[in-house]
Amino acid sequence: MTTPSSPSSPPDLPHSRLRSSGGTPIPLIAFAWLWVGAPLCYGLYELVLKAKQLFAG
Amino acid sequence: MSPPVAPPGWSRWLVPPAALSVHLSIGQAYAWSVFKPPLESALGLSGTQSALPFQLGIVMLGLSAAFGGTLVERNGPRWAMTVALVCFSTGFLIASLGAATEQYWLIVFGYGFVGGIGLGIGYISPVSTLIKWFPDRPGMATGIAIMGFGGGALIASPWSAQMLKSFGSDSSGIALAFLVHGLSYAVFMTLGVLLVRVPRGDKPPVKAGPAPLDGVQVSANSAVRTPQFWCLWVVLCMNVTAGIGILEKAAPMITDFFADTSTPVSVSAAAGFVALLSAANMAGRIGWSSTSDLIGRKNIYRVYLGVGAIMYLLISQFGDSSKPLFIVCALVILSFYGGGFATIPAYLKDLFGTYQVGAIHGRLLTAWSTAGVLGPLIVNWIADRQKEAGKHGAQLYDTSFLIMIGLLVVGFVANELVRPVHARHHIPAPREAADDDSVQPQQSA
Repeated sequence: MTTPSSPSSPPDLPHSRLRSSGGTPIPLIAFAWLWVGAPLCYGLYELVLKAKQLFAG
Repeated sequence: MSPPVAPPGWSRWLVPPAALSVHLSIGQAYAWSVFKPPLESALGLSGTQSALPFQLGIVMLGLSAAFGGTLVERNGPRWAMTVALVCFSTGFLIASLGAATEQYWLIVFGYGFVGGIGLGIGYISPVSTLIKWFPDRPGMATGIAIMGFGGGALIASPWSAQMLKSFGSDSSGIALAFLVHGLSYAVFMTLGVLLVRVPRGDKPPVKAGPAPLDGVQVSANSAVRTPQFWCLWVVLCMNVTAGIGILEKAAPMITDFFADTSTPVSVSAAAGFVALLSAANMAGRIGWSSTSDLIGRKNIYRVYLGVGAIMYLLISQFGDSSKPLFIVCALVILSFYGGGFATIPAYLKDLFGTYQVGAIHGRLLTAWSTAGVLGPLIVNWIADRQKEAGKHGAQLYDTSFLIMIGLLVVGFVANELVRPVHARHHIPAPREAADDDSVQPQQSA
């Protein structure tokens, strides 16, 4: 992942392991993607179930 | 209201989920059909009446995107997402009240009018911001968001159906389902409102890819006076018309095509075909749009329109002799349909810059509204006439397909006519000498 760099960004220190290279907490990024990804996966799962009928019928 | 500027170090990878939270929500519009049968039986409506909230919603989508685009550019994505959240959720709450009191006009007004404003503002809300965060991959960025609009229906369709099953299909059950939808989408879209940021004006997030038109910036008012805008309008309209022609009538079409063959298609198999088309539509949005970052916008539209015409030709000539061929061609056409939607913002950015790309995109979406009427009209009207003439099976669609090929050729020619925008349309840009990126002037405020 590429993140914006800035002169005021904190340097990569050991305690910032859970931060992206730009300084945004990685759990926040993961949470945001999970928030939208989980319902999308549910929709795709339901779609696959329905699409299977094309080959079954 | 000034746009929310990202603090130093803010990851640009938080912006696509922010955009997706809005697009996955408003994409629910395409799953409206789930509510049609219960509404018809609970309130004694005809099929035409029960379609009215959706139709008004799509009309309002086009109008609010066209007329609200400048406001979105001025006030920024957080304002736009907030408006979208409030309108879309309030629309459901009003519709809930309408169902509970059995006042159908409240459902039309709530879901169609108020919710429709949310659809239009929500649709364009993240586009300009994503392009600014991903100047190196604008096609991919807008593809992710606009893919969400297709994905929204995939989520809402089974979810809404399950809810009606649990609450019941009478008016109180529908009211409760609308209420839960309104509240859930409000919570879901809040993520977008909280996370969205515009990049800092003093520094681009990453080095932009090759700038095709040398940092050109054109305002929305000037853009609509350029031939380039209208060429792209024709391109989008033709591409969408061709896709909707199949999408809108997919289930009866595949059934008709193979009705007289040794392998007829059952109703459940036709439903599976429709589901596959939805998947192709969604995959095309992210896949083809990302490809456009590599091969260029003009080239990808050559593929959508040129190969699309060949696919239609194959279906019309050989479609009824081979089910796999029919399915593959239809899937490719639908992937181009989705790709066309998702790539157009990046094409606009290439031609007009990022200055008011959201507003320009909003105005271009009138092509979608036109195609939404044109595509189904062509296919349904011709199929009805052919049926009256005693034709059946694949013959019902032969003329429609030839018309679609003609429309795609018109779109192909329009795409070939696209040239760089003349300098007289460029905005005076005192910052141009200092800035070599394409960041919007007001962001530096």
